[in-house]
Amino acid sequence: MTTAEATPTKTVLSEPGVLVPGPGYDVPGMDVRYRDAFNQTLRDELNHDPDVFIMGEDISGGFDRDTLEPLDAWGGPFAATKGLVQDFGPERIRDAPISEAGFVGAAVGAALTGLRPVVDLMYFDFVTVAYDQLLSNAAKSRYMFGGQTKVPLTLFARSGGGTGHAAQHSESFYSMLAHIPGLKVVVPSDPYTVRGLLAAAIRDDDPVFLVNDKKLINMTGFCPEESFTIPLGKGRYLRHGSDITLVGMSYTSVVCKQAADQLAEEGIDAEVVDMLSLSPFDEDIIVESVMKTNRVVIVDEDTPRASMASEFAAVIADKAFDYLDAPVKRVTGPHTPVPYNKGLETAFMPQPEDVVGTVKTMLGV
Amino acid sequence: MRISREKLHWLYEVMYRIRRFEETMLEQTFRGNAMGVTHPSDGQEAVPTGICAHLTEKDWIGSTHRGHGHCIAKGLDTKAMMAEIMGRYTGQCKGKGGSMHIADFSKGMLGANAIVGASVPLAVGAALTAKYRGNEDESIGVAFFGDGATSQGVVHESMNLAAIWKLPVIFACENNQYAEATPAWYAVSTDDISARADSYGIPGVQVDGMDVFAVYEAAGQAVERARAGDGPTLLELKTYRYHGHFHADDPKKYRKSDEEEEYAERDCLQHFEKVVTEQKAMTAEQLKQIRDEIEQEMQDAVDFALNSPMPPMEELYSDVYVEYSNSLVGLR
Repeated sequence: MTTAEATPTKTVLSEPGVLVPGPGYDVPGMDVRYRDAFNQTLRDELNHDPDVFIMGEDISGGFDRDTLEPLDAWGGPFAATKGLVQDFGPERIRDAPISEAGFVGAAVGAALTGLRPVVDLMYFDFVTVAYDQLLSNAAKSRYMFGGQTKVPLTLFARSGGGTGHAAQHSESFYSMLAHIPGLKVVVPSDPYTVRGLLAAAIRDDDPVFLVNDKKLINMTGFCPEESFTIPLGKGRYLRHGSDITLVGMSYTSVVCKQAADQLAEEGIDAEVVDMLSLSPFDEDIIVESVMKTNRVVIVDEDTPRASMASEFAAVIADKAFDYLDAPVKRVTGPHTPVPYNKGLETAFMPQPEDVVGTVKTMLGV
Repeated sequence: MRISREKLHWLYEVMYRIRRFEETMLEQTFRGNAMGVTHPSDGQEAVPTGICAHLTEKDWIGSTHRGHGHCIAKGLDTKAMMAEIMGRYTGQCKGKGGSMHIADFSKGMLGANAIVGASVPLAVGAALTAKYRGNEDESIGVAFFGDGATSQGVVHESMNLAAIWKLPVIFACENNQYAEATPAWYAVSTDDISARADSYGIPGVQVDGMDVFAVYEAAGQAVERARAGDGPTLLELKTYRYHGHFHADDPKKYRKSDEEEEYAERDCLQHFEKVVTEQKAMTAEQLKQIRDEIEQEMQDAVDFALNSPMPPMEELYSDVYVEYSNSLVGLR
């Protein structure tokens, strides 16, 4: 993939007629791993703007005590920052101690004074350790100071169950972030969308949280060669269909697509909407799809109460009530922590079969 | 220690401006002209004054809920401050922040902050920007916080970060000895907060925060150290607030009157006046002229604020984001 020089901010998503970019899509590209697309985007943005720097635990993998050379022992959590410290140095790939509140606060201070920090919070669960800095400083500074300042801060972390990380390393509480005025939240679902959304997040002048579901990180998919951005707040269709709408976000978009493929085998034509952004979010695409299919299932790995699934359901009830032929259904995690045991953990997460079962019940087949 | 006449004039002017601003602000609060809660800092004037005397607009300060003194010492306009406290459109934050969120980024003021301890990492971040850009000689961070904030985890995290990264920052702990109504002797594990600096491998200095000359000298050394790239310093400035925690709080419910009298006798303004007149550095007439000018300034600030417009209703929705594609309007 190319780096820096050109970095055109082309909106690939709005190309007419494009549902899912992939082989056949007329830009140069190739199949890449999600983690590599992520790493390449960080590299692009570090090249693009000297004010961009990355901060987080283990991102440059420790230091040799004698030479003080960074070791890049792990390539960062989930190899997100692999190789970056060699090319950009430890000032721009800044290893932080285990002080999430402290270094997120410092990142807000750096953003307020002119830099564009990118923070790796490792596991999504660690958001709560830094929540005050996110809520009270990152998200509110612009408003409470009357628009004097902006906070061009990007944060990312890994969410989701399915990897045996248990209760404190598997959260998907998107709504705890989307609830905050002043903060934006994006949830890419494949290598293509993480590339475009991460670039857009880093270039955005507001604080943006990008959530990486752990189940996506080793997945492979098409990604254009050249750097591009995807507009924040826009969803996309992963599949067009006429019988029912499946709404996914992050990894549940993959679940929805798998469910739609299974349903197709049984003659049920499902439309799949991939939200991509949770704050702001694309009300139009949900309403448009529901007005066409008249039925909707929202699939969210988060726990059910006060979740994004609940929010989308409320929007549909408000704006597409007259078009509904069935109650809005949600497929979510249970109101429990994420269990360790593989069987229990699998039961926690929405599976394609759960979505298929819900759809069939709704359609009475 | 030698201090220029211009600087002496500045120290007295700023301390007196803070004193009279707080008294005037309280009077306006009790008249119902402030729109919410205010936290007066009178009594503590020597601390922000003695520290900010070494700073320029390129240096950054983080502040607290008791932030008026920090704002004034950093050069914020008292008319706009009074307007902000009265919720007016002409305030620094268009009336949307109020007393606890006064900020002026053009003056290097990162904002008063109403979460105890939460502004400390912001000053560390400002220092990180300076170090990143290689201009720490002309842009340092100062984190003001109280004795109450020394029990917050993020304050300790910030000190550790600044120490390991050798950032140009000063941790200015204004120990006024009460966190709301809770005394420091109860809530803080040591009677020498500055000693905690040892555990971060940085210098810690306990300073008489009622004596602006002592503050000025200690801060000068800390600022010099930061600008030279030698890293952070913790200053513990022992001081006292004359009023309660907030405007309607009666501190007599939790403070002894002999303690209040003891600090009143060590008042920073009276101490300053005594020293400069005894040493014939300034005359009583010069001091009076400064006071008279500030009196007029306060009157002008109140008139300006009271005659300023309220923010238009559109301001409810502006400044949440730079750009956002969903509606911000509440559901009705």
